[in-house]
Amino acid sequence: MLLIRCPYCEEERPELEFRNAGEAHVVRSTNIAGESDDDFEKFFFIRSNPKGVIYERWRHIHGCARFFNAVRDTVTDKFVMTYKAGEPKPAKLPGASK
Amino acid sequence: MNAAFRIPGAGRLSQAKTASFSFDGRSYIGIEGDTLASALLANGVHLVGRSFKYHRPRGFLSAGAEEPNALVQIVRDDARKTPNVRATVQELYDGLTANSQNRWPSLAFDVSAVNDLASPMFSAGFYYKTFMWPKSAWKSLYEPQIRSAAGLGVSPDRPDPDHYAARYAHCEVLVLGGGAAGIAAALAAAETGVRVIFADEQAEFGGSLRFESGAKIDGENGYAWAQAAIAKLKAMDNVRVLSRTTAFGYYAQNFVGLVERVSDHLKAPGRELARERLWQVRASRVVLATGAIERHMVFANNDRPGIMLASAARTYLNHYGVAVGRNVGVYTANDSAYAAAIDLKKAGVNIAAIVDLRDNPTGPMIDEARGLGIEINFGRAVIRAGGKLRVSSMTVQPKNGGGERTIPVDTILMSAGWTPSVHLFSQSRGKVAFNEETRRFVPGTYAQDCVSVGACNGTDGLDAAIDEAYAAGVKAAKEAGGKDSSVKTGKGAKPKVDASESWSRGMLGAAPGAGPGTTVKAFIDFQNDVTAKDIRQAVHEGMHSIEHVKRFTTNGMATDQGKTSNMHGLAIAAETLGKPIPQVGLTTFRPPYTPVTFGSIVGHARGALFDPTRRTATHGWAAAQGAVFEDVGQWKRAWYFSKAGEDMHAAVNRECVTVRKTAGLFDASTLGKIEVVGPDAAKFMELLYTNPWEKLEPGRCRYGIMLREDGFIYDDGVVGRLAPDRFHVTTTTGGAPRVMHHMEDYLQTEFPHLNVWLTSITEQWAVIAVQGPKSREIIAPLVEGIDMSDEALPHMSVREGKICGVPTRLFRMSFTGERGFEVNVPADYGEAVWEALWAEGQKHGATAYGTETMHVLRAEKGYIIVGQDTDGTVTPNDAGLDWAVGKKKTDFVGIRGMARSDLVAKGRKQLVGLKTKDPKVVLEEGAQIVDDPKQAIPMKMIGHVTSSYWSENCGLSIALALVAGGRDRMGQTLYVPMPNGTIEVEVTGTVFVDEKGGRLNG
Amino acid sequence: MAKAAVKTKAAASPSVERRPALAGRVTSAPGVKVEILPPAERISLRAPEASLAALSKALGVTLPTKPKTSAAKSGRTALWLGPDEWLIVDEAGNDPLADCAKAPALHSAVGISHRNVAISVAGPAAAVTVNSGCPQDLSLEAFPVGAASRTILGKSEIVLLRTAADAFRVECWRSFSDYVFTLLSEAASDAAN
Repeated sequence: MLLIRCPYCEEERPELEFRNAGEAHVVRSTNIAGESDDDFEKFFFIRSNPKGVIYERWRHIHGCARFFNAVRDTVTDKFVMTYKAGEPKPAKLPGASK
Repeated sequence: MNAAFRIPGAGRLSQAKTASFSFDGRSYIGIEGDTLASALLANGVHLVGRSFKYHRPRGFLSAGAEEPNALVQIVRDDARKTPNVRATVQELYDGLTANSQNRWPSLAFDVSAVNDLASPMFSAGFYYKTFMWPKSAWKSLYEPQIRSAAGLGVSPDRPDPDHYAARYAHCEVLVLGGGAAGIAAALAAAETGVRVIFADEQAEFGGSLRFESGAKIDGENGYAWAQAAIAKLKAMDNVRVLSRTTAFGYYAQNFVGLVERVSDHLKAPGRELARERLWQVRASRVVLATGAIERHMVFANNDRPGIMLASAARTYLNHYGVAVGRNVGVYTANDSAYAAAIDLKKAGVNIAAIVDLRDNPTGPMIDEARGLGIEINFGRAVIRAGGKLRVSSMTVQPKNGGGERTIPVDTILMSAGWTPSVHLFSQSRGKVAFNEETRRFVPGTYAQDCVSVGACNGTDGLDAAIDEAYAAGVKAAKEAGGKDSSVKTGKGAKPKVDASESWSRGMLGAAPGAGPGTTVKAFIDFQNDVTAKDIRQAVHEGMHSIEHVKRFTTNGMATDQGKTSNMHGLAIAAETLGKPIPQVGLTTFRPPYTPVTFGSIVGHARGALFDPTRRTATHGWAAAQGAVFEDVGQWKRAWYFSKAGEDMHAAVNRECVTVRKTAGLFDASTLGKIEVVGPDAAKFMELLYTNPWEKLEPGRCRYGIMLREDGFIYDDGVVGRLAPDRFHVTTTTGGAPRVMHHMEDYLQTEFPHLNVWLTSITEQWAVIAVQGPKSREIIAPLVEGIDMSDEALPHMSVREGKICGVPTRLFRMSFTGERGFEVNVPADYGEAVWEALWAEGQKHGATAYGTETMHVLRAEKGYIIVGQDTDGTVTPNDAGLDWAVGKKKTDFVGIRGMARSDLVAKGRKQLVGLKTKDPKVVLEEGAQIVDDPKQAIPMKMIGHVTSSYWSENCGLSIALALVAGGRDRMGQTLYVPMPNGTIEVEVTGTVFVDEKGGRLNG
Repeated sequence: MAKAAVKTKAAASPSVERRPALAGRVTSAPGVKVEILPPAERISLRAPEASLAALSKALGVTLPTKPKTSAAKSGRTALWLGPDEWLIVDEAGNDPLADCAKAPALHSAVGISHRNVAISVAGPAAAVTVNSGCPQDLSLEAFPVGAASRTILGKSEIVLLRTAADAFRVECWRSFSDYVFTLLSEAASDAAN
C-alpha cells in the first residue's frame, strides 16, 4: 500500500484513502459544444499513457475529499510530487527518474 | 520416559514435561517445546512424506521454515485439517494429531511410487510436452487424472471455525529476523527511544544461536544471551517483540506484511484467541536480519530419509536434545558440518566418516574433529546413498574417480555452504549483486529505506555481524527521528562477542557423480522433484534464461520457493550454458516468503464483516411483516411482502393491484440524496444535468438526466428546488456514491469558480413513498404546515413542514403513475413515521410493497431504470427522453459527446415496449431480438429485452426493449428466439397504463 | 382537506418516537470498551476562508484551519475535514444549523444529525482497536488528542476524533454503523494482545 502526500492535508496518508481519477491537465473547453470532432477526440479519448513520468489526478476521497494532481513514475510506481488542483504543471520535478 | 533418540541432559527443553501425539495413527511421546519434527526424530522416525511427482519417500531436510520435504496434515477436528504444515515449524502440543500426505495406501508402501520407476517419462517439461494431444483428451482424461494425482494434503471440507485478527501498525524501525544480528539491531534502535517492532518466525528468538554451541556473547552462552536480550526488549514500552511471526511480504514504501501464529501451538486455544494475526506494518526504516540457509549437497539419492542439513542435526541436538541417528556420515564442502560432527560425537553418537570434497582444508574445526578421532576423507565425494525408506549407506569415491567404498550409515549430514536469505530484500525491489569471491548473491542496490545486516548481507562471523547490526540499528533509528543522546550516554552498550564459530564457503551445483552426462537422481529441488539432470535437460532443450529454466523444470516453484534449491539450479544452468552465474541471473523472489493462510489475509472480513450490510430505518418493521429482502449493492431492500400462503408471484400481483386501486407504502430511503447549496446552485445544476434549472421555481421538482461527457445516460432522479440556492437532488440507489464523485469532480476541477457545495444526505432522510389514489388521504391527517390541495401542492412539487411532529421534506411525485408522495423524515424517525402512515393506510386498505412491485409499476408506465433499461451506451434520445434535454443550453456535461456522429445516426437502438403475442408468456430480461426467425445462424440480433414482467394490472406480459430503429417499428412483429422455441412479440409504445397520465391527479 | 391536518402549535414536538440506530449497544473487552453514543446535533459546514470569522462567531467555536485538527467549546466540536469543510457536532442539545443561519457570510450548512452514528472506543487498547481497520498512524505523536480525520475503517468510511489519549469518537453513516460497531467489537477482543 502506497503512501500518498495530500497537498491539502499536508501529510502522507495511506493509499486506501485515495482514488485515482485519470490523467491531469486535460482541459475541458469553455465552448465544448462548438468543439470540432478532432478536438473532442483529443480531449475525451486520447491519453498519453507514458512509460515514466505521468501527471495524474487523484482524489483524497476518504480524507479531505479534495481532487489534486500528482506526478508519478509509472516505471517505479513512485510518486514524485503532488500539488493542488488548478495549479500549473510543475516546471521542475524533484529527483524524477528521466 | 524418554524416546529412544532423546539424549538425557542434552538440549534446552525440560525433558520432564512430556506431550503425547500421534503420527499416521501411531502414538508417540515428545516433550514440551519440541517441534513435530524433533519429537518424531526423538522417536527415530525419519520417513514422514512422499514427494510430489515421483512419490519418493522423504524425511526431514531441515529444522526450520525452509523445509521442502516434511509436509504433514495437522488434524484438530473435522473442520481443522491443515494440509502442508511443515513439521519442522509446527510446535508440539499434547494431543497433536498429524498425518502424512501424498501416499496411498500407506507411507511405507505407496502405489504411485511407480512414478519413480517411470521417471524417464516424467522428466523436465513433462507436463508441457505430454498432454498436448489429442486435444479432446484434455478434459476427459488428462485433467481429472492430474488433478487427482497432484496436490499435497486434503483441504478441510467445512467452514473454518477459527477467527483471524488483523491490525495496522506503525514504527520507526522494523527489525526482521531474531538471530544475533537482529537482536543487536533491535537493541540499538530501541535504546534511542523510537518505536521498534521486532519479529522472528521461530517460537524463541536466537536464530542460529540455537545450534551454535561455540558462540559466547557478553560472557554468556549465545542462546542465553539472546533470551536475556529479548527479555530486556520486551520490558521496553517502545518495543513490540513478535515471536512466531513471519514477515511474508515486503511492499512499497516499507509496508511489510507479517503473520503472527497466535494459537497453532496450543493444545486447546480459547475461542477468544485468534488463530493468526495479520500485521500490516509501516516502518520508517527496516533492518533485515534474515540470516542464511544451509544448502544440501547434490548427489545421487540425496533425498533418502535420514539425509539432512548439518545445521539441522545440530539444532535437533543442541536445542531439542535429539540425536538424528546412531551412526552418522557427513558429506561437506564447508567447515560448518564439522561442528555438527563434533557436537554429535561429544554427545556420544558415532560419526562413521566425514567426506569432504575439498582437497586440503585446514582450520580449528577440522583439527578438533580429528582430535576426537573422527575419520576424515578429503578430496572425496559421496557418489550415492543407499537405502530406500531410510538411508543405509554412503558410497565414497575420490572426486576425480577411482575405487568406490561403501560405508554403512543411518544418517548423512550435508553442507554445501550457506545462501544469504535475500528474499525480503529482493521483494523490496532491491537488486542483488553476485560476490565472485564468496560465490553468493548479496544485497546490492537498495530500492527502499532498509538495510541488511549479518548473514543475509553476506557478513561472516558473529563479531562482524553484531558490529554491523548494532551500527545499522543506531543509524536506522536516528534517521527515523530517534534521539542519539541515549546512545552516547552508553545506556545501552553494544554486545561483546567473546567466542564464535566461523567457516568458509562451500560449493554450488552438482557434486562429482551427479555432473554432466550422469542420469542419477541427484535432487536440487526436493519439493518439486527437480534433479540436476533436469536442469541440464532444460538448457539443452533451449531454455537459456533462468526464468525459462525455472518454469520448464519447476525448480524453486514449490511452496518452499527454492530456499535450498535456487543456487544449485542456477549454478548448474550456468555451467551448462557456459556462462558466469551473474550473467544467467537469479529468479525474482515474490511474496509470500512462506505459505500464508487465506484466513490471515481475510482477517476480520468474514460473515457479517465480509462487506457492510446496509439496512434502512424501516428494516425491522419490514422483516416483522414477512418481507423478503433483495440485495441492491450493499443495501438490503424489501423485495416483496409475502402474506400467508403467497408465493412471490401472488404477493407482487396483489401489491401491484392494490397500489393502483387504493395505495401502497414503499421504502425509498436507499435512493441517493445530495443537497446542493450555494448562490450558484442552479448554475451548477445546469452544467451537470441536461435539463434547464434556472427557471425552476422553489417548491417545484423536475426529473433530471445526468450524462457523462460521452453523451450517454449516467444517472437520473427527481430534483426538488427548496430555495433559490438549495436543491434536493435524488439519484439512483446504486449510483449514489459515483454520482457524488462525478459532481465533486466537475465542481472542484472544471467549475471551481462556482459558489456551491454538495453534501450527501442519503442517510439523513428516511424516504417513505406513498403512492396510489388514496395516498393523500393517508398522509394528510399526519401533516402540518403544508397545504395538500392539488392547487397548492401539484404533481412535481416539494414542501417543507412537519409530519407526526417531525420535520419533513414532502415531495409530490410519482414513480408509479398514480398520485404519489415521497415523505422524507430524519432517519431516526423513519420507522415510527412509517408505522403512523401504515396505520392510516390500513384504514384505506393500502399495502406495503417492495422493489419488485416498484419495478412492475414503473415499467407499466415506461419509466426507465438507469442501469437496467440503459447500459452506458444509451443517449437521452435512445431512451425517448429528448424532452428532458434543454434545447437552448450551450453547455452541460455530455452536450458535445451527445452530438457525435454515431450518437445521432439513424438506426440506433431505441427504447420501445413489447407485447408478447401470447399475453401469458413473460420474456426473459436480456433475451435477444431478431426480425426474421428463419434466417441462418448466427442471426442478426437487432436488440434485447431490458425489462419484462407479468402485469396483473394489464392482464398481460409487458416488456421494455432496446431495438434498432425501434420507434419506426411500431406495430411490427419481431421474434425472440429462445431454447424452447421462438416467441413472437409486437413492438409498442413504452406506456402500458394510463397513457395520458390522468391518474397522477386521480 | 389539508386544513383538517393542520394541528395547533402545541403539536410541534414529535408524536412519534425517535429510534436511533444500535441505541445502547456496548461491547466490553480487556482494555477497551466500544459503545454507541447518544444522538447529537450535527451539520456539514462548507465555507470559503472569508466566511470563517463570521461563522466561528455564530457557532461559538473557532473553526480550525489546520488539517487533521478540531476545536471544541461548550459541548460543540468543529472537526476539520477538508480545506472548506467542517463537521460540527453539538452534544449540548443546541442547534448549529440555526446558529449558522444567522451568519450573513457565504456558506453551506446542511443538517446531518441523523446521517451519522457515533461510537466511543475507549480504554488503553483503543488505538489498537481502531487500527484493526484504520491504516493511519494513531500514535499520540501522529494523531494527538483533538486530532480529527475522515479515513477508512475496514470497508467503511469513518470520521475519527481522538477525544483523549485513550479514547476515540468514531462517526460513520447510519447504515454502516452495524458494520463499524461489529468490526470494532471483534477487534476489541483481540486488541489487548
